[in-house]
Amino acid sequence: MKSITKAKPLEELAGYLEPFNRIYILGCGTCATMTGTGGVDQVVQMKEHVQEMNKWVTGWLVMPTACDEMAPADMERAAGNLDYADCALAMSCAMGVHRAAESLQKPVIPALDTLFVGLEEEPGHFREVCDQCGQCVLGETAGICPLTACHKGLLNGPCGGTDGGKCEVDSDRDCAFTVIYERLKAQGRLDLMRGARSPRNYHVTLSPRRAVFNDVHDGRLP
Amino acid sequence: MISQFSRYLDSDEFVVTCEIGPPKGTNTEPMEHHIDLLRDRVHAINVTDHQGSVMRLSSIAGALAVKEREAEPILQMTCRDRNRLALQADLLFAHSRGLSNVLCLTGDAVVVGDHAEAKDVFDLDSVQLLELIETMESGRDAAGGKLNGGVQFCRGAVVTPGADPLEPQLIKYEMKVEAGAEFFQTQAVFDLDSFSSFMDKVRQYEVKVLAGILVLTSYRMARFVHNNLPGIRVPEPLLQEMKAAPKGEGLSTGMNIAARTIAALREKGMCDGVHVMAINAEEAVPDILDAAGL
Repeated sequence: MKSITKAKPLEELAGYLEPFNRIYILGCGTCATMTGTGGVDQVVQMKEHVQEMNKWVTGWLVMPTACDEMAPADMERAAGNLDYADCALAMSCAMGVHRAAESLQKPVIPALDTLFVGLEEEPGHFREVCDQCGQCVLGETAGICPLTACHKGLLNGPCGGTDGGKCEVDSDRDCAFTVIYERLKAQGRLDLMRGARSPRNYHVTLSPRRAVFNDVHDGRLP
Repeated sequence: MISQFSRYLDSDEFVVTCEIGPPKGTNTEPMEHHIDLLRDRVHAINVTDHQGSVMRLSSIAGALAVKEREAEPILQMTCRDRNRLALQADLLFAHSRGLSNVLCLTGDAVVVGDHAEAKDVFDLDSVQLLELIETMESGRDAAGGKLNGGVQFCRGAVVTPGADPLEPQLIKYEMKVEAGAEFFQTQAVFDLDSFSSFMDKVRQYEVKVLAGILVLTSYRMARFVHNNLPGIRVPEPLLQEMKAAPKGEGLSTGMNIAARTIAALREKGMCDGVHVMAINAEEAVPDILDAAGL
């Protein structure tokens, strides 16, 4: 599972960086390194791009995991050059940006757009498989989430846009319900497709969602 | 109050419906002209709901125009743009203004239309919309609250007889019947053999099926429909017939195909009626029905 990111266009970045002269670049050694959007190579390349914008790069750091609780300590160790910067340019997913924005007393500019949380199916190929809806139906849909895998997020079978097992909005994508149908049929469980499902509860957990696990936090097993 | 259209469905008549699209803008004259043209030739007129996810005047406004001009409207409602609150509000409004037939659709995806950056809603799907109406007919809203004055609608649904694979479509068909669909209007039918085998599978359900008749206007359109529209196949002989049409006679050839298809469906008793979709060719519908002997 990875947080999937995509580099923002340099022109867009130039706009965000316009008010700043001294820039510190932060990368992430986990997801953004795996996706080639915020690892050492991309950070070094970004340094050159920022310099071409006639800005001064005061330093850079690729943290092991930009979103985890160790990240502030990583940034503290880089304090000298980081303190000297007008802003930090974060080449991590939005969670790393959040972590940096909370711990640094200066603006943090995201260099990436965060797209989705993806499952790596084969090296370099990621797919969104879970909408994190809080009401898992996978046990009855042969392990394929229709809320995620169907473009319309339908619960009760295919729409009229399915064609040859593919989805109308993108013929490279499987129709979720064709795949669900085929798997359930192979398992002899087609009956699971027959009963109509009730409308989804969109507020299983009040948005913005949060969770507290006190036992884990206290170091005790639940 | 039982809808007039429901009575037609219950009769032995071969039921004919057609459809109109509300305008993009407030000039309703062309739409009103089409209503007047079709009023005495069909049992009911569907009014599309942002067809193809292209923003237009609302289908409720169009359905009211049909009713004001003394024709029987079928209000198309999709789940694309409204959550369950808005759908219920519009259903209450529709009933309060005397609209009594609703075709329940999931709706096209937003990205295929002209406001591709807008949010898709799909809070409900077509099956759940059918069920919602049943709930409202019992005097309750979707949250269980009591309605002060209920609703009653003749509910319709759609199906794609040429879907590949067909079985998931048949499972959904059954769900729609169980959810209260009284009639089905199908995606366009050109291949009668394939449609006939579809009908064999759905005849067990006691609901009316109106076969979709899409009026081809040119060879280019025929090829596009064949290659790009999900679940529609135009058999090769018909493609050739459209191709062979002399310049300027694409529409008349398409009208001829439509009329022959309708006549054949009726003669063979394959279905209970037809739903004629003459997109941008509404003027042709009366002549097609004449040629089909209706």
